[in-house]
Amino acid sequence: MTATLPDLHMSPRLLAPAGTPADLPTHEQRHGPLSHGDPEAVLRAVAESGLTGRGGAAFPTYRKLVAVAEAGRRTGRAPVVVANGAEGEPASRKDRTLLHRSPHLVLDGVQVAAHAVGAREAYVAVEDGATWLESALAQRTDPLPVKVVRLSKSFLSGQASALARFVSGGAALPTHQRPPVRERGVHRAPTLVQNVETLAHLALIARHGADWYRTAGTPAQPGSALCTLHVPGHEPRVVEAPYGLPLARLLPLQGTAAVLVGGYHGTWIPAREAAQLTVDSSYLGAGVLAALPVGRCGLAETARVLRYLALQSAGQCGPCLNGLPRIATAFRTLATPGPQGAVRHDLARWSGLVEGRGACHHPDGTVRLVRSALTTFAAEADAHAHGLCTATDHTPLLPVPEES
Amino acid sequence: MSTDRHIDIDWTACQGHGLCAELLPEQITLDEWGYPLADGTPVPPGAVGRARRAAADCPVLALEVTAAKAR
Ligand SMILES: Cc1cc2nc3c(=O)[nH]c(=O)nc-3n(C[C@H](O)[C@H](O)[C@H](O)COP(=O)(O)O)c2cc1C
Ligand code: SF4
Ligand code: SF4
Repeated sequence: MTATLPDLHMSPRLLAPAGTPADLPTHEQRHGPLSHGDPEAVLRAVAESGLTGRGGAAFPTYRKLVAVAEAGRRTGRAPVVVANGAEGEPASRKDRTLLHRSPHLVLDGVQVAAHAVGAREAYVAVEDGATWLESALAQRTDPLPVKVVRLSKSFLSGQASALARFVSGGAALPTHQRPPVRERGVHRAPTLVQNVETLAHLALIARHGADWYRTAGTPAQPGSALCTLHVPGHEPRVVEAPYGLPLARLLPLQGTAAVLVGGYHGTWIPAREAAQLTVDSSYLGAGVLAALPVGRCGLAETARVLRYLALQSAGQCGPCLNGLPRIATAFRTLATPGPQGAVRHDLARWSGLVEGRGACHHPDGTVRLVRSALTTFAAEADAHAHGLCTATDHTPLLPVPEES
Repeated sequence: MSTDRHIDIDWTACQGHGLCAELLPEQITLDEWGYPLADGTPVPPGAVGRARRAAADCPVLALEVTAAKAR
């Protein structure tokens, strides 16, 4: 138990205690040396651990490692590893916190992953803290050298195909994913894109094994995840929580109207339902949890986020280019007290038209947010339709970059 | 059993020319912005040849007839 996590029943695995960044000697003292054992043994441990990706989709890490290794053998091209530290989600802080506090754990994970898939090139892509990572890398003597790639700020730059294209020298925009990145990514080689937190867990599984990893979490969802908590009146906070922990242990649900679970591609959940939920990878996304207090307008918050998401669309795909701005504008109407005309009907139709019709999942994530807001804030929307507003505080809450 | 064929659209390439909907009216309609809507079901064996021709005729080669289901 530490001062930062008084009640979580687990000591943090990933974040160095006391909030100070761990340099290499501290890191090695804390975790012990990293052995580069047999790749098959590493893959077995990952399979038994049940580790899933922490970049949002909770894809089983073992399956991706095996697919990349297999694509490498089949094509005769050595795979590439890209550690994804883009953290394009404006409400998330967990990846930059991890990279700042425990850079060597992530860098160990890059080596473990590269060894497991037989990679001969490796990158760490970040928007923030590139210089810090370079100095951490300079302290190490790794079997495989790692290059730091600097991304510019964007919601999309961390999408796997956008990242692979950028590392290859192109623009950080998603591409049509056939064949997928794991088969043809950076410089057309099989590419393992893995979130930096996933890699940090991998580094610990390689050291301590699957049984140790499974001592946190539940049998169905073993382990723990970094979460960024947004509670009004407090700075966003990053904590490590075991799967299965009640959300009520992370957020104060008293005085909360709704919780945004999973960030801007996530789901609004009424507080009384959130009280029944736990930390669960099927809706946790990349770990963002935000409490909307009673008296704030969830429709207005969603409208702000949707405007941002529409502006962040790469504008490459017709349905996304046409649909997202219309959805954002319609939602703005819904968030404003006054006549609504057919906006809810339009929102439902456009949501159906953009879903699954893009090169990336940006439209799908956006639609998830829209649908959950329409359900969770249906009563507020009805009040708006009658020209009424139930909110008492109109100060913007969720972080939205470059809002004008 | 033969493999099902599906219509896969490269959305970054498609310009909404709509030619595909003319050539394959049973499989493809156009949405309100002029972009193709495929119903996601396998292309019937008898229509695979026409689907291939539609793919070849797409001015920007955004259409592909694939053996795997779109992701
Ligand atoms: C629009 C969009 C943005 C994304 N941004 C990020 C990101 O910033 N960081 C990240 O790790 N994954 C991001 N992802 C997910 C990646 O595509 C990819 O699935 C992930 O990095 C794989 O790593 P994991 O299996 O370890 O989670 C994004 C996906 C989408 C659709
Ligand atoms: S779906 Fe939207 S965000 Fe994704 S690549 Fe296409 S235009 Fe860009
Ligand atoms: S013919 Fe090609 S460009 Fe035109 S709508 Fe069909 S797929 Fe898109």
